[in-house]
Amino acid sequence: MVDYKRPLPIPNKDTKEFWDGCKNHELRIQKCQNCVRYRFEPSFICPWCMSLNTEWVKVSGKGSVNSFAVYRQPSEPAFADMVPYVVALIELEGIGVRMISNVIDCQPEEVKIGMKVEVVFDDVTEKVTLPKFRAVA
Amino acid sequence: MGNLKDRYAIVGIGETKFGKLPESSGLALALEASKKAIEDGGFTNAEIDGLLTQQPYLNPALMYSSWIAEGLGVNPKYTTDLNIGGATPISMVAHAVLAIEAGMCETVLCVFAEDALTGFKTPTHGRHRWGTEDFERPFGKNMPPGLYALSARRHMHEYGTTPEQLGAVAVTMRKHAAMNDNAQMRDPITIDDYLKSRWIVEPLRLLDCALMTDGGAAVVVTSAERAKDLKNPPIYIMGFGQGFTKFHINHPEKSLTSFQAIEGSKKRAFKMADITLEDIDVAEIYDCFTITVIITLEDYGFCEKGEGGPFVEAGKIEIGGEFPINTHGGLLSQGHVDGMNHITEAVKQLRGVCGKRQVKDAEIALVTGHGGEASTSHSTLILRR
Repeated sequence: MVDYKRPLPIPNKDTKEFWDGCKNHELRIQKCQNCVRYRFEPSFICPWCMSLNTEWVKVSGKGSVNSFAVYRQPSEPAFADMVPYVVALIELEGIGVRMISNVIDCQPEEVKIGMKVEVVFDDVTEKVTLPKFRAVA
Repeated sequence: MGNLKDRYAIVGIGETKFGKLPESSGLALALEASKKAIEDGGFTNAEIDGLLTQQPYLNPALMYSSWIAEGLGVNPKYTTDLNIGGATPISMVAHAVLAIEAGMCETVLCVFAEDALTGFKTPTHGRHRWGTEDFERPFGKNMPPGLYALSARRHMHEYGTTPEQLGAVAVTMRKHAAMNDNAQMRDPITIDDYLKSRWIVEPLRLLDCALMTDGGAAVVVTSAERAKDLKNPPIYIMGFGQGFTKFHINHPEKSLTSFQAIEGSKKRAFKMADITLEDIDVAEIYDCFTITVIITLEDYGFCEKGEGGPFVEAGKIEIGGEFPINTHGGLLSQGHVDGMNHITEAVKQLRGVCGKRQVKDAEIALVTGHGGEASTSHSTLILRR
């Protein structure tokens, strides 16, 4: 964990709550209190109704694979020990939110579009936890 | 501002060599392409009074257009950097027209160059943020093949597009590049070579991806009136347009299999030009990846949605086919200078100077530009001789 060399997110004023949630093993997503839509990536105003009235909501972390790519060479050298790995566009169930993440704990050949997945938190450093996904058993 | 159709023209073009040019800095390439375009137009540097550029991707620089202006000895009345990704070169031509129309200047140089191949690993003073540092890069997703891999996978899933169909684009581009003395990759390839090329990001192979190129290209735009008695025949700007959709690939309204930015861009350009798809004789389609070409052809309506794969596989996009595209070899085989070379090639086709790769009787050309996270921006340019 101490030797983690891969690029990390740098939480800022807009995104800190999301990353704090991950640290606590909770997937927190913004929900507009005016038009009740969820949104991701985190942002200061609602892009649909421009309301500033936002709450952070803990969501289930269940979803499905919308599309995916298999990396047989790393995106950058720090990921070399991870190959082959899968980067997927995950569609979170019922809230209209998508996020890029990894599908882990399976062979790339097992990943399919439409596959049901759930969030699993990877504490990559003492400060940062990345939300990743694995197949629902 | 009335209808702009045919009231402005591209009157000068310039290209550096494309490929591995370790002796040339990115700025040197921009100056070389610019000098060639200015001289091709029969101008002196003193006659250029507008200058537009796009900052190089890998070695960004603030106020870069002023660096180029200084280097060329150009004293612009109007200059700026533009950036809407790979849609920028066409956007530069459009902005040139608008600036001249507004009376800000008369003759505008538009240039893009960078030393992306040999400058990639040299020390720089900084890098652009892609906007993917927090929510994509930590998961080992790369830019930009990682985006188009997601698009290609989804397109295969929804429409049954095959690797051989992606490969048909790569093979055709190489075939065209073989007829172009100024192309980075000219050795012919087969579908078998394509299928054997290594994975970059599965389902994309090496030969699905545009080249990394040292090089640059430039054009000079002026009014049709000014264009009348210049060195080369004017190539008239019939129409242009831009369109946009969301930036990030994770936005829920964004499609992986359709470039939503095309719709508005196409509509505005074809309306200005007052023509239909059937009037296009040759097209230079932004081809950062093979899948980009397939989706673009569909979304323009050159074939039905989902039929882009069979369309390219049937040889229709070859020179001599019913809809020849990327006659220079494209970003896939001529070189990746962000599509500035698509504009210079369209001008050459309309001038009728393309030799072996000339599309017979080409009168009207379509050029497309495309940028961002698998289509955030799109630009359309329609030219005629």
